[in-house]
Amino acid sequence: MSEIQTNKETFSIEALQAGDRAEFARMMDHFSTPIYRLGLKILGNEQDAEDILQETFIKAYRSIENFEGRSALSTWLYRIATNEALMLLRKRKPALDLVLEDDDEGDIEPHEIVDWCCLPEEEMLSTESRIFLEKAVQELSPSLQLVFLMRDVERLSIKETAQILEISESAVKVSLMRARLRLREELNHYFGVKLDIRKVRNA
Amino acid sequence: MHDKFVCDELLKHISEYVDGTLREDLCVQLEEHIHSCHNCEIVLNTLKKTIDLYQGTSDMERSLPDDVRSRLFARLDLDDFIEKS
Ligand SMILES: [Zn+2]
Repeated sequence: MSEIQTNKETFSIEALQAGDRAEFARMMDHFSTPIYRLGLKILGNEQDAEDILQETFIKAYRSIENFEGRSALSTWLYRIATNEALMLLRKRKPALDLVLEDDDEGDIEPHEIVDWCCLPEEEMLSTESRIFLEKAVQELSPSLQLVFLMRDVERLSIKETAQILEISESAVKVSLMRARLRLREELNHYFGVKLDIRKVRNA
Repeated sequence: MHDKFVCDELLKHISEYVDGTLREDLCVQLEEHIHSCHNCEIVLNTLKKTIDLYQGTSDMERSLPDDVRSRLFARLDLDDFIEKS
């Protein structure tokens, strides 16, 4: 269960647009955790995540007047945050192709079939494994990474993910499929090795 | 039962299947195939596990560090509201 119920918004847009600072502070407390977390996952370091967090709310503060309510407030904030994150990514990795749609990166077929589901939970959730999981997400292309983080980590809907990234819902689904299959493949290698080690030990 | 073409075709739907948004007839087709194809069954199970693991680790995460929150409030000039957490 996510601690942040982004779909349950109880903020007064009128108050926010009228410059109500208390309301803005309340909104900031509500959304700062998921936005910080998203930045951390995309950029992979705390300083960049903090910059994204601050820039997001500075921009939101300046432009809340122009918020038309066509999307949810959370969607609007996530969009600002995502743009900030992509801008930083461009700075960090200038060679990166940041097209968010039409992502065709070749095959997604499984290369090897290993059933690692039987590994003990504590091994799969060890600190070492968690570092590997995070690294695997960071190595996805931005289009796959963003969709995966929004859907499977932040648990936003397909619709909201599509609105934030300004792509179609079917594009979200395709990217999600690719991201999931690619990560599964990465975990396959990683946990496959762990499984082999166990077998040797228990032999 | 290792018709590679069938496996690859079904693989395209596996993500939607996991989300429960796959069309009924395709669900039936996929389930039938998985009963007879051990490889695809493993791919499905490890895919589910992959998603579970990511969701599991995100649930374990803490909220915003206090110092990050303080600096955010300061940056926005909202220090006077920082007590109410
Ligand atoms: Zn198969």
